[in-house]
Amino acid sequence: MIVRLMGEGQFRVADDLIERLNELDDRAQAAVEAEDEPTLDRILDNMWSVVQQEGEPLPDDELTTSDIAIPPSDLTLEETKRLFSAEGLIPDIPA
Amino acid sequence: MAGLMSRTSNVIKAWISKLLDRAEDPSVTLDYSYEKQREMLQNVKKGVAEVVTAKKRLELQTQKLEAELPKLDEQARQALAAGREDLARAALERKALAQQQLQSLDQQVAGLEAQQEKLVTSEKRLSTKVESFRSQKEVIKAQYSAAEAQARIGEAATGIGEEMADTGLAIQRAEEKTEQMQARAAAVDELVEAGTLEDYTETGSQLDRELAAIQSGNQVEADLARLKREVGSGEKKEIEG
Repeated sequence: MIVRLMGEGQFRVADDLIERLNELDDRAQAAVEAEDEPTLDRILDNMWSVVQQEGEPLPDDELTTSDIAIPPSDLTLEETKRLFSAEGLIPDIPA
Repeated sequence: MAGLMSRTSNVIKAWISKLLDRAEDPSVTLDYSYEKQREMLQNVKKGVAEVVTAKKRLELQTQKLEAELPKLDEQARQALAAGREDLARAALERKALAQQQLQSLDQQVAGLEAQQEKLVTSEKRLSTKVESFRSQKEVIKAQYSAAEAQARIGEAATGIGEEMADTGLAIQRAEEKTEQMQARAAAVDELVEAGTLEDYTETGSQLDRELAAIQSGNQVEADLARLKREVGSGEKKEIEG
């Protein structure tokens, strides 16, 4: 599977790694719901280092879509929530 | 409820489909997408330039504040020599605040440096992908019928669309940071010019502020004691001589 670390690039990761990421992802989601930013940041950092250490970076000239994307831990809780909201964190496409 | 990973990638996919929906004809889609990619690259370059400008401004401020320190020390010394401990204390309080500002400026410069690095890396990656997209686009346009092309551009266009969404976010965040820094830099400039340097750091808790106040208070007392000794020993020499 292809994972994007937002702002960092794409990585190819093995399936067993996805399982581990899913577990962490559940906990990250719970942290967002509990508005627990320190825990969320810690889990996201953990997810990032798992992907960075065990994934294989995709070459820059490859044009592939990612299966999943992981936000960075330096977003505030508000920004993380905005990322998913209708208004969005990613700026609109320039017309 | 879906996890963060799938929600994030859904947000990106929605962004890409908005981007690609703008054109029906595959060759138009390719050209339109390429045009947007070039615009995005220009935006990243502009973003890097803005961060560099903001950083220079903060560095200039750092120099200005550093030049203030010995001046304030000298003013305090003169005030003390003239028997005006109140004025000496006021000058030393300004000095302590200037030192706090310097620390916070250092952190801000480091923050901007990190943003700059991120943007430069994003720019490099996007630019490689844009080049790769350009050559794929020409091959597709030359070799395939409209129907075949439609299928072939899918992956390339969404792949690069994802990179564009990601770069867009990086630019947006760098811009926000830069704007914050510029607002703060403007505030410091005003205070330095008005000669009333105050602690305006809005971040940090009440406890942080109180601790900082105690710390700067201690520093003022220590500076005052040092100057008193220096001024005192100078007076003694004058009397002896």
